[in-house]
Order: sequence, then C-alpha cells, then structure tokens
Amino acid sequence: MLTLKQTRRLRTLLLGTLAWLVALALFFPILWMILTSFKTELAAFASPPELWFRPTLENYLHIDERSDYFHYAWNSVVVSFGSTLFGMLLAVPAAYSMAFFETRRTKGTLLWMLSTKMLPPVGVLVPIYLLFKQFGLLDTKTGLVIIYTLINLPIMVWMVYTYFKEIPRDILEAARLDGATAAQEICRVLLPIAKGGLASTVLLSLILSWNEAFWSLNLTSSSAAPLTALVASYSSPEGLFWAKLSAVSTLACAPILVFGWLSQKQLVRGLSFGAVK
Amino acid sequence: MKTRLVPVLMASAIAMSSTAWASTTVTIGTVNNGDMVRMQKLSAEFEKTHPDIRLDWVVLEENVLRQRLTTDIATEGGQFDLMTIGLYETGLWGARGWLTPMENLPASYDVDDIFPSVRDGLSVDGTLYGLPFYAESSMTYYRKDLFEAAGLSMSEQPSWDQIREFAKTLNRPEQEQYGICLRGKAGWGENMALVTTLANAFGARWFDEAWHPEFTGPEWTRAITFYTDLLGQYGPPGASSNGFNENLALFNSGKCALWVDATVAGAFVTDPSQSEVADAVGFALAPKEVTAKGAGWLWSWALAIPSSSDAKDAARAFAVWATSKEYSELVAERYGIAAIPPGTRLSTYRNEAYMNAAPFAAVTLTSLERADPNDPTLKPVPYTGIQLVSIPEFQSIATQVGKLVSGALSGSLSVPQALKSAQAVSEREMKRARYIK
Repeated sequence: MLTLKQTRRLRTLLLGTLAWLVALALFFPILWMILTSFKTELAAFASPPELWFRPTLENYLHIDERSDYFHYAWNSVVVSFGSTLFGMLLAVPAAYSMAFFETRRTKGTLLWMLSTKMLPPVGVLVPIYLLFKQFGLLDTKTGLVIIYTLINLPIMVWMVYTYFKEIPRDILEAARLDGATAAQEICRVLLPIAKGGLASTVLLSLILSWNEAFWSLNLTSSSAAPLTALVASYSSPEGLFWAKLSAVSTLACAPILVFGWLSQKQLVRGLSFGAVK
Repeated sequence: MKTRLVPVLMASAIAMSSTAWASTTVTIGTVNNGDMVRMQKLSAEFEKTHPDIRLDWVVLEENVLRQRLTTDIATEGGQFDLMTIGLYETGLWGARGWLTPMENLPASYDVDDIFPSVRDGLSVDGTLYGLPFYAESSMTYYRKDLFEAAGLSMSEQPSWDQIREFAKTLNRPEQEQYGICLRGKAGWGENMALVTTLANAFGARWFDEAWHPEFTGPEWTRAITFYTDLLGQYGPPGASSNGFNENLALFNSGKCALWVDATVAGAFVTDPSQSEVADAVGFALAPKEVTAKGAGWLWSWALAIPSSSDAKDAARAFAVWATSKEYSELVAERYGIAAIPPGTRLSTYRNEAYMNAAPFAAVTLTSLERADPNDPTLKPVPYTGIQLVSIPEFQSIATQVGKLVSGALSGSLSVPQALKSAQAVSEREMKRARYIK
C-alpha cells in the first residue's frame, strides 16, 4: 500500500515522463530535420532510416555557394517585425475600443474579422495580385508587410481583446478620474498591465509571419523574397534533395526558434494570462 | 528581455530598404534540378561578357513555379523576363500570345541542330516559342549484375510482359530487393506520365477522334490491371507514394532490379557519388506491348520570354547563350562532358567523347528519335502529346485520373471502379469545355 507521499511522488514522476514524451514527440520532426541536414542525399533516403551516420557539412556548403542566405533572412526579419509592429499599432486601439466601449455590434464585428481567416487564400490571389501590380507592390517588402499585417490582424485583435477584457474597468476609471486621456490610458495603464499578453501576441504574429509561405511565394520574386521562398527553391522535381532541403529548413527555422526559446517566459506568461483570477 | 522587445520592433520597422538596380535586370523563374543549378552557377560567365545585364534568379518547386508563372502571365504582372516552362505549357501559352516568338535567332545558334521532335513540341504553327534547355524521353534501367547472376538477358526494347517475367524472377523482398520500381505517386507529371506511356503501349488512348474519353475500354482496363498487378506483386512497399525522386533513391541504393523512368536519370544512376550501383546499370528502350508507339515519353524544359517582359532583348540574349553549343562546351569544360544538358542538340550525340562518357546516351538518342507526339499510340488520336494531351483541360483531368489510378494501386479502389470514375471525371470536364455534348 502506497503512502500519500509516495502516491504524489509517483504521480509527479508519471506526469513528468508523459510531459517529456509529448515534448519529444513534438520536437522529433525538428530533430529529424536537423539530423537529415548533416546526411548525404543517399543517406537521407536510406530505408530503414540511419540513426548513426558520418555527419557532413556538404549541404550547408552547397547552400552557402548557391544562395545568399542573409539576403533572404534579412527580408524575413524586416517583413515579420514590420508587419507585427503595424499590426499591433492597429490591433491595440481596436481591441481597446471593443473591450471597453462595447456596442451591440462588437461581437458581430469580432466574428466577422475572424471569418476572413476562413477564406482560402488562393481564392483572392488574382485580385490581390492585380492590386499589387497596380500599386507597384509586387516583389517589395512593403507589399509583404501590408499583406502580413492584414492576414494576422484578426488574430491579433482577438488576442489583445481577450487580454484587455481581463483588466478591471475600475482601473481605467481611476485613471480617467486622474485626468488621463485615451492615449494615456492605453500607454500608461493598459499596456503595462497587459504586457505579458501583448508579448505573446507579438510573438505569435512574428512566428506566423516568419513561417508564411503562400503569399511570399506568390507576391515576391527576388528582391523581397523571404526565407520561405529560399526553402521552396530547394525542392526538386528530378534529383535527390531531402538533405539540402533539411539544411536550408534548419537555417530558416533557426532564428525564430532561438527567438522563441529566449522569449518563452513571456510567451507562457502571456498565454496563461487571466487563467487564474 | 521584455523591455528589449520594443526597440527591436522599432528598429525592424525602420529597416525597410530598397533594392539595387542595374541597367537591365533579367528575372529568371526556374525549377531546381542539377542542370538548372549548373546554369545558375555558370551564368556568371554570361554576366562577364554582358556587363549591362544583371540576372536575378527565382528558383521554385515545379508546381509552385507553374502556378506562379500562370498567375503572372495571365495578369501581365511582368515579374519574370525569362522562365523555365515545359513542353506542355509552351504550346498552349504560345498559341494564346502569352509568349514572345523566338525569331531571328543568330546563325551561330544553329536552330536546325535541335532535335526535330523537341523543336516541333515547342512551336505553334511553325513558330518557336521556347528554346530547349534539356529534353528527355523515358527508358528502362536494369541491374546488369542481377540479370547476369539470374541468367537473364535484356533486349533492345523489351515488352511489358517480358518486364513482368524479369521482375518476378528478381523480386526478393526478404533481401529488400524488389523486382520493379515504377511511379505510383498521383500527379499528371508523376504517375500519369508513366501510366500513359504504358497505356499507349497497350493500345489505349485518352480520347477517340471525337474527343470521347476511353477509360472504360478494354485497352485501359488491361493496361491498368497489368500496372497494378505488376507493381503490387513485385514493387516496393508503399509504391503508390513513390514518384521520380523516391524511385531514384531506391534504385541508387540497390533496391530495384528494374526501373522505367526519365532518360535524365541516366546521369544520376551512373554517378558513383550518389549511386551504389553506378557500375552495374544497363539501359534499354521503354517497354512496348501491342505497339511500340508512344512507349517512351517526350518532355523538355525550355526557356521562354513572356510577352509582358520589359527586358525582352536581354532575356533573349541569355536564353540563346544558355541553350547554345557554346554553353554545352562550357559545361563540358567545367563539369565533365557527361554533364552536358541532354536531349536537345543532335551535335551532342554526334560527339564521340560524349557518347563514350555517357553510357546511357545511345538509348537516350534512340528514345528521342522515336518519340513522336503526333502519333502516340496504335489508333488515331485528335491530340498531340505522348504522355500528355496538349489541351488546357488536360492538367485538371489528369490530376484527378492520377489520384484514381494511385488509389487502384494502393488497393483503396478496384481497377474497374477507378476507371469508371476516371471516365466520369473526364467526360464531365470535356463536356464542360464543350469538346463533346
């Protein structure tokens, strides 16, 4: 018969093991991609898959020789940070008005915003392409910043709205009694309180923008092409490419993976914001 | 960390930079394969001799490139000055006026040196719309060592029945050695390329002279039953998800005794750096059955200039250089003579050094000479194309039929079910496009 203490310890151990297994299962595709990037093309296709192999850097050298990685990486940084910044500049005031000055149509507006995410992007490809052509935005970073901002805005508004709804109105009213303007309320009261939630919104937007492939492949060619376009360029109709594709994918994921790792505290805090009242 | 986020965001937003611009920039949309990568590397030589032209490369996956180019060309986006397109698109887009005719080529280009079948395939009413970068047919690859050990001999052009017997004899799944590898992955350019040539050899055709689909006819039934039985019994596990690359990897690692696929694979299977069986590969023509017509396909990647380009002259100059004899010589000098882009120029195959260096060259030459898109099977047809039908609707129909054939191979559908559905799908599309009532 187990004592209460032993039962607790056993439960902790089991839950810990389960958490590790889930984490490993989630991380396994990334680990496999990294391992494959150090294999030769033939070893990458080996069946059964080789766990022990002689690592090679030839795939990375090939990428260095053929592609200007930093050009694509810089484009990814500019468009994902740029679109996140513009998105937040729009999302915060929108969420503020919806959370604290709710009208009959607020819920409907929020749902309508979200419904735009339900449309398959290819459905609006030709109109968007024509608009971009008309305004000279094809293959420009400005064009991608605009489209990414618009794509992520509904999610950003929803997230910020949810975090703002958790903040008691009394705090804002107190600020108003002290003579704060709307801008001061947002900047000096709301933002510091909701910074965890806002940080996770920023991170989510960054990750979504960084990984977006459909629009970047269709609206850019060379000047503004981000890392997703570089990754796509390593898939081949005729010839072995898994190892090189894994290497370029590792290089494309690395910056955002490191960024996410460094910011995980904010991310977790933001995602659990308001979970316990 | 938290306070550092804001300055990082601010800095990134400010950092919008404009792109550099040279006197004439040629943006080239292309696919990623060995020959194209070599062209990209060697293009520095072109830029040296043409300092007023800068080349920008956009390399994309084949289907993405096709979608991208179609969008750009149909909306006259003007994003590309030169693009790599296939034999299928060149004819269709040329006829619609989307491409710039390749006229007034310099005499040194020697346009008559291009394989007539390839030149015809890239022309509309005698006007050339694309310059071929490389071309391919299909052929049979087999393991000479296994054939010798089993006392088998391969003829110049085996029949599919013979292929089945060879596959049966050499199939040893317990040793991870499979009798035959064939394309099974769904796609109009994947399984349907192989399946259509196999069906041609069995006397089947996509449409009769009045454009009625013929999938429920006896020829298609026999061909698809043969294909699913052959690959199901003597093929590798999961054959329905294997395309060109997967089969190449299987063959190169010594797991296939036979493989029928693109002639371009000749360079890969004989390259010791990527093939474990490089010295043991034999070559034969693609299998025939009731006819040899249409047994081997015809495909070419060509460089074409969209009408919307604003750098047509510079684009043409590069296209001419990249498909010239001079370029072939440069490739031979830098990468060895066997690396010359295959299938486009007759002079390549008159070069003794090339024929000696590339053991697959003789079969490639015969395959390309015999490939006739105007006479692809036993019965007369209203279309041109061996493994494809040169109508805009083909891509959509063949994509759907490809899924059904792949389903029959994996066992999720019976062959009659798959062919009945293929008939219904193609009839519906052909009615919608008003070929039939």
